[in-house]
Amino acid sequence: MIGSPYTLGGNTTSAIMLKVMLALLPGIGAHAWLFGPGIWVSLLLCSFFAIGFEALLLMMRGLPMKPFLSDNSALLTAWLLALSLPTLAPWWLYAIGMLFAIVVAKQLYGGLGQNLFNPAMVGYAVLIISFPVYMTQWVAPLSLADHALTLADAFDVVFAGQGSISPDAYTSATVLDTWKTQTRLQTPVESILAQPVFASSGQAIVAAMYLLGGLFLLWSRLITWHIPLAFLAGVAVSAGLLHLLDPTQHASPLLHLFSGGVMLGAFFIATDPVTAASTPRGKLIYAGLAGILVAIIRAFGGYPDGVAFAVLLMNVCVPFIDSYTQPRVFGHKIKQGSDKP
Amino acid sequence: MSRTLFTFNGGVHPDGHKTESNGTPIRAMPLLSRYVVPMRQHIGAPARPVVAVGDAVLRGQTLGAAEGYVSTAVHAPTSGRVIAIEPCAAPHPSGLFDLAVVIEADGLDQSIAFEPLDWRALDPSALRNRIREMGLAGLGGAVFPSYIKLNPGAQKIHTLILNGAECEPWITCDDRLMRERAPELVRGIEIMRHALGSATILIGIEDNKPEALAAMRAAAPSDMEVVAIPTLYPGGGGKQLTYTLTGVETPTGGRSTDVGIQVFNVGTAYSLYRAVELGEPLISRIVTITGHVSNPGNFEVRVGTPLSDLVTAAGGMLPGASGEIVGGPMMGFDLMDSAAPVTKAVNCLIIKNSKLFPGKPIELPCIRCGACAKACPADLQPFEMYWYSRAKNFGRAQSYNLFDCIECGCCAYVCPSHIPLVDYFRFAKSEIWEREREKSGADQARIRHDFKTFRLEREKREKAEKFAKAAEKTKAAASNPSEASAAVDPDAEKKKAILQAALERAQKAKESVAPRNTEDLPPRVQREIDEIEARRAAVETKTESTE
Repeated sequence: MIGSPYTLGGNTTSAIMLKVMLALLPGIGAHAWLFGPGIWVSLLLCSFFAIGFEALLLMMRGLPMKPFLSDNSALLTAWLLALSLPTLAPWWLYAIGMLFAIVVAKQLYGGLGQNLFNPAMVGYAVLIISFPVYMTQWVAPLSLADHALTLADAFDVVFAGQGSISPDAYTSATVLDTWKTQTRLQTPVESILAQPVFASSGQAIVAAMYLLGGLFLLWSRLITWHIPLAFLAGVAVSAGLLHLLDPTQHASPLLHLFSGGVMLGAFFIATDPVTAASTPRGKLIYAGLAGILVAIIRAFGGYPDGVAFAVLLMNVCVPFIDSYTQPRVFGHKIKQGSDKP
Repeated sequence: MSRTLFTFNGGVHPDGHKTESNGTPIRAMPLLSRYVVPMRQHIGAPARPVVAVGDAVLRGQTLGAAEGYVSTAVHAPTSGRVIAIEPCAAPHPSGLFDLAVVIEADGLDQSIAFEPLDWRALDPSALRNRIREMGLAGLGGAVFPSYIKLNPGAQKIHTLILNGAECEPWITCDDRLMRERAPELVRGIEIMRHALGSATILIGIEDNKPEALAAMRAAAPSDMEVVAIPTLYPGGGGKQLTYTLTGVETPTGGRSTDVGIQVFNVGTAYSLYRAVELGEPLISRIVTITGHVSNPGNFEVRVGTPLSDLVTAAGGMLPGASGEIVGGPMMGFDLMDSAAPVTKAVNCLIIKNSKLFPGKPIELPCIRCGACAKACPADLQPFEMYWYSRAKNFGRAQSYNLFDCIECGCCAYVCPSHIPLVDYFRFAKSEIWEREREKSGADQARIRHDFKTFRLEREKREKAEKFAKAAEKTKAAASNPSEASAAVDPDAEKKKAILQAALERAQKAKESVAPRNTEDLPPRVQREIDEIEARRAAVETKTESTE
């Protein structure tokens, strides 16, 4: 029997997902403007594989296609992974990424809402461990590239391999890559910062656009302030401390905030409700620790960026954090309700 | 106006739909030919019928007397004759039948002599007894017997709150009552103050009812404060209204009286005025009829009026009606049988159509978005409670404070996955109650069994002692036989009498024990059983005569 309420507010999962994708558009636009049309190819490919795998697994699990495919969750995962990966990688890299994101991390765990780990970050982690070389070939900002690729070129590169155009002509190391390799070589900070990739500010602009989209999510109340703020504060404070201790090895907090996956992570990835902590205090702990982990992995880890690993590690802790941070219930005394078994 | 208001967390803003029914004055219902008056119209024990089939009754005459402490009386809505006392359809989500007195009206509508009461001269305890006999129960929907709520007991009730919030969409019966009958309503509040001795009186009304606010402000004396509260569902929930007006949280598992506050619905205050100052028992209330109906509005409806007659009075359903909701859309329930009557608890009847109330969208998996937690006025985590209720892990559901849920429906209202969360919580609660009942039943059985074992042991021991004694006696009697025979005889006589009495008792018990599944049967089934019994009796007499 289905009882009251007989009237509903009109929220839908598909609308929520769609709004989050809408909030990604400024960042995507900036990326296309500054790094060339390759991003459209990777977005398209990831979306295609995501829908394909989702449909296949729904069929195998005997679930209805229409309500689950139209919830837009697979598409959002596809976009988040595409935006985390280098554009212009071979097509099968996107396929493998989506396979692990949708099939393994999401559907094998029971589908939407049941997954412990952020699907896009699982896809990313598998790829960076298995194919580190492809994962470092980032498209150079157009201002630095010897050869600006057209959309047709981009398709060519993704499907036919590098072909006539040498990757050196359109790829370059990222800010974080450059920093990591150069500081290991004991290059003075001034000469590192003098390198062209630091001058282009392409990545910083894209990050700023993600920040803008994130503010839209806050304004439309799809996310609360807790996770983004704690995540950014975690990164800034720990990167700031390291920078104070040894500025020759550790970049400034501002550079950390506006490079790599930090902005995307703070507003779009760490905030995935399925895998994030859900209580107000829990969100602060979860995202604050994730931010600290990002700074630590960047400073001492083997990979230039650490957002994916930081988020996945904190995903593990979510049930524990949630259970110990239950808010006080109306009418209960102040201390009660916080100590859950 | 200077009162600081407190804002509870959560809440939602559903479409009000108040204008459909609040524009026209309260209308009277025509006198009907038949009324069905259930004995269970309040929380607690149903009233006990004190009339018999065939009795002539007058309007206001007691049909059922209060039975036990948590109970109140039920009265005849008009004059006429009792034509049946049987289980009838009742306005309840379960659709189960309830014992009701059916009255065939004589059309004269003669009443008993109403005796107005000089309540100012009466001490509160005598006043409460009167209120109990008058059948008053909370008209906001919970129908708790009012006389109990008017008993401050050991507690001092410093603040009396009148609930005129009417936060549920569609319902406007309190709105119209306050607009049209504010002076009488205020006199009812004064009676409440007399009974409780409260110093502060606050009348909370949502600010989407400016006319009601104005009317109440005009009628209220200077020592009652009429407060406009923000329109936010469920601002009219008892705990929420108390918090909004005073900043005091009702302790979990307790009542607002634990913190010296009592809350009454404004409709109850009005009925209290009629019961005490006019001497008229609670035999009518204001009911909103709205939605997909010709002439929506408010009616003064006699308790016992079949809901189908209320629909007729409002001009009937429009084509395309798809069902009826009793109460509001957030907390009401589907009407199973439109023959069910208006009771003291029924404040609204909404006629549905597929446009106003489209079918529920398909239920999708929970994505833990937390919208429900943000909307919950009790600060619960509904998605966690849902998770454990669904898994039937009721212990965990309870540890997330399931029983602090007031079932307001805000969580289900905002859920993007369209999960009927409240249904899951109602299910979990009823399962837990059921298990507790079973457990206490099992406990009792164990206690009984333990006692029986103890008793058998004791009897065995006593018997052995008795035999030992008797053996000694026989030994002694052997030396003196005449004495022994004189001593034994009265003892045997007594034993025989005891045995006889026990046999008779057993026989009587056998006769009085009725099979359990033949209680509370619908009339059709009862009739069938009666027929079968009659046939069996006939067959038995036949066999007897042939023998």
